[in-house]
Amino acid sequence: MIDPTVVELSRLQFALTALYHFLFVPLTLGLSLLLAIMESVYVMTGRPIWREMTRFWGVLFGINFAMGVATGITMEFQFGTNWAYYAQYVGDIFGAPLAIEGLMAFFLEASFVGLFFFGWNRLSRLGHLVVTWLVAIGANVSALWILIANGWMQNPVGATFNPTTMRMELNSFYALLFNPVAQDKFVHTVSAGYVTGSVFVLAISALYLLRGRHVALARRSMTVAASFGLASALSVVVLGDESGYTATVNQKMKIAGMEAMWTTEPAPASITVFGWPDLATRTTRYAIEIPWVLGLIATRSIDTPVEGIDELVAEGRKHIEQGLIAYRALLTLRQNPNDEAAKTALANGAGDLGYALLLRAHSSDILAATPAQIDAAANDLVPDVPVLFWAFRIMAGLGFYFIALFAGAFYLASVRRLEKRWFLRIALFSLPLPWVAAELGWVVAEYGRQPWVVEGVLPTFLGASSVSVPTILFSLAGFVVFYSALAVTDVALMVRAIRRGPVGGPGGTE
Amino acid sequence: MSGVPIPYDVLRLIWWALLGMLLIGFAVLDGYDLGTAMLLPFVGHSDAERRQTRETVEPNWEGHQVWFILGGGASFAAWPLLYAASFSGFYIAMFLVLLALIIRPVAFQFRDKLPGYRWREFWDWGLAAGGFVASLVFGVAFGNLLLGVPFGFDSELRLSYAGNFFGLLNPFGLVAGILSVLMLAMHGGTWLALKADGAVARRAGHAARLLALCAAIVFALAGWWIATGIDGYAISGTVSHVAPSNPLAKAVTRAPGAWMANFETYRALIAAPAIGIAGAFLVALLPASRLRKLAFLSSTLAVAGIIATAGIALFPFLLPSSTHPEMSLTVWDSSSSQTTLFIMLVATAIFLPIILAYTAYVLRVMRGRVRLADVAQRDGHY
Repeated sequence: MIDPTVVELSRLQFALTALYHFLFVPLTLGLSLLLAIMESVYVMTGRPIWREMTRFWGVLFGINFAMGVATGITMEFQFGTNWAYYAQYVGDIFGAPLAIEGLMAFFLEASFVGLFFFGWNRLSRLGHLVVTWLVAIGANVSALWILIANGWMQNPVGATFNPTTMRMELNSFYALLFNPVAQDKFVHTVSAGYVTGSVFVLAISALYLLRGRHVALARRSMTVAASFGLASALSVVVLGDESGYTATVNQKMKIAGMEAMWTTEPAPASITVFGWPDLATRTTRYAIEIPWVLGLIATRSIDTPVEGIDELVAEGRKHIEQGLIAYRALLTLRQNPNDEAAKTALANGAGDLGYALLLRAHSSDILAATPAQIDAAANDLVPDVPVLFWAFRIMAGLGFYFIALFAGAFYLASVRRLEKRWFLRIALFSLPLPWVAAELGWVVAEYGRQPWVVEGVLPTFLGASSVSVPTILFSLAGFVVFYSALAVTDVALMVRAIRRGPVGGPGGTE
Repeated sequence: MSGVPIPYDVLRLIWWALLGMLLIGFAVLDGYDLGTAMLLPFVGHSDAERRQTRETVEPNWEGHQVWFILGGGASFAAWPLLYAASFSGFYIAMFLVLLALIIRPVAFQFRDKLPGYRWREFWDWGLAAGGFVASLVFGVAFGNLLLGVPFGFDSELRLSYAGNFFGLLNPFGLVAGILSVLMLAMHGGTWLALKADGAVARRAGHAARLLALCAAIVFALAGWWIATGIDGYAISGTVSHVAPSNPLAKAVTRAPGAWMANFETYRALIAAPAIGIAGAFLVALLPASRLRKLAFLSSTLAVAGIIATAGIALFPFLLPSSTHPEMSLTVWDSSSSQTTLFIMLVATAIFLPIILAYTAYVLRVMRGRVRLADVAQRDGHY
């Protein structure tokens, strides 16, 4: 039997290492593209200030990139070390985009990043520009493949269960690739990265302008960040809305949790702007609602209802019962692989097999599960509503804030009044906000998917490796200590590089 | 599976070869980065020499490391059972490798950012320790593959592992670990002799010759041990090469010398260990100051030959189980589906040549020696 402590510790370690990795990824995505833009301007105009800008922001990019790579290796291997059953159960599908990410994107990014720093004097202007673009393209394509893998966990298309190999197997690579969830998530995530990169450049430039240092560099950097950031912030909100719509189709429970929709409302549903989700009574107290809006966002119609949590739990109960039929057929097939009736029963119910597996948390013999145990398993489908509700609201609120911030910056830049001190202060203090939004976005997407590691296919607790508690405690403690030390060093070096500024920085000296 | 133009058994063989290629690619390219890191505190005596040593690998190691990451990703995609069993079974070992690899980018990025002697000494030794631990653990893991590791499956194919980290540190595992350290340090030495100049190149050249001699001796010793003292594994009876992957449907026997069977059946395969030994001896014999390219090439062949020898000996086994030999993972029963193997093969056929092309390009752009005079001239921090 699977030890619940092992599962909880494995989840904690995965969440910590993923959230930590995701501190560096958005900045790599955004800053790499900003570097490419700045260097393009340099190559087109030939003005040295743009080269200086590329090299200065490049130093900061390099510090961040090193951390992103270092923490990314952990992610690639953790599926095997801590989630071995997950890895073998869905590796046939999930492994492919991860491997292709390496082949197509990460190799490109990692091979050329060295030339970005060391190639300034060895390459022509155009040659170096191409290198910078290849790094940026590599980073972005890398995100595409990772999100194709992640999108499959949210919406497992193009795969079927094979009773002989006891795992999910790929039947349509096309469906995996063009999974609508993956596409939406990709654009939403890279846009969030561009916002992060833009806020980073905006805030540090604001600091320089407030202190009257490196004014030429800061003013130009701010203008680039303002225009790029405005487009990205608009895109992140619009595409976030699009993934809300996509999620309604396949992750109704996540939407219901985010909105604290306890019961189905008559269409079109209203959106709860604020309120206090109460788990005990399954109501949202002090709710302030705007009629119609949720129905419009989630269903793109005025007559389709958005289902509530209670209704979804009742539906889940039916899925579990269907899943039990499939599970019984699977056991029969293992005794007699040629039983045609069992083959048909499994084929019909394979989509619900994962729901039957939810019972493992409540009963060692799931075929003998009592109605009470089935109810308990169905209730496990309810995510952590208050966390989702608030995480989503803060993230979305920040999204709108970024639009306002960049619109302001864009306006001030176009009337050449960027040096308003009040605005510069706002820009500076906005520095941590994109990271808050990005981390909360991860929480909504991944914590909101629980109890599933693969939606409707494999419950999270079943995916864990059979390793001992002390072993995980050892690695968890190791990661916490090691990563904390790295974080301190990283921030210290960033601060130092920002203090020094662009003067003579041989960040890319050859 | 219909619609896939390549037979399942052929795909499995190709993916076995590709996995080997990725490992060899990692050992050949990132191997010299790890080896250079191990030698760093010993061949570089002054701060400038240390920087010179690091700069021979600094622009390129990040791309090289992707061979290892891709090795992990490719085994996830093509051999999910192997990925799951080896990574969770070797949990602490993998964790140590992770720490060793994580310290690398950080050491490269952070060292020169501050001037202090202690700060730089810390990162130099950290880099060296990272190179050593990673090389050692890789070797220990490989050695334990040849011994078999204690794992089994239940009827739902849930894996359980009965060993622990200290179980890996058995005499043969340690010999394999030492061989790995010697081999990669030798490789780093030939690289430095080629890429640096002055005292660093001279010291590295001497070190490489000595390390190569030791590596050749340990390799031969390990081979003799495998031939005479270790029970190898063999599939008894016939096993379908095209059946769906389920590792519970075969019988396996253990016998002394069974790992030599492939070399006895296919005599030509002896080329792999022969190249391994000959490459190492050439490095030991070639004059350190001249024929540096030839020495590096010989070292490359030695690394490839030694790894290929282990892979060939194991074939068709990927991960033998010492406690449940019949549940061992083999090429024929632990792969992905035919569809996935085929799609991954198409992706690899397109992108691997491109990767090789730009790796060669990047190395060409950075060609030429890293000269001490140029390094010393520069202010070492910013």
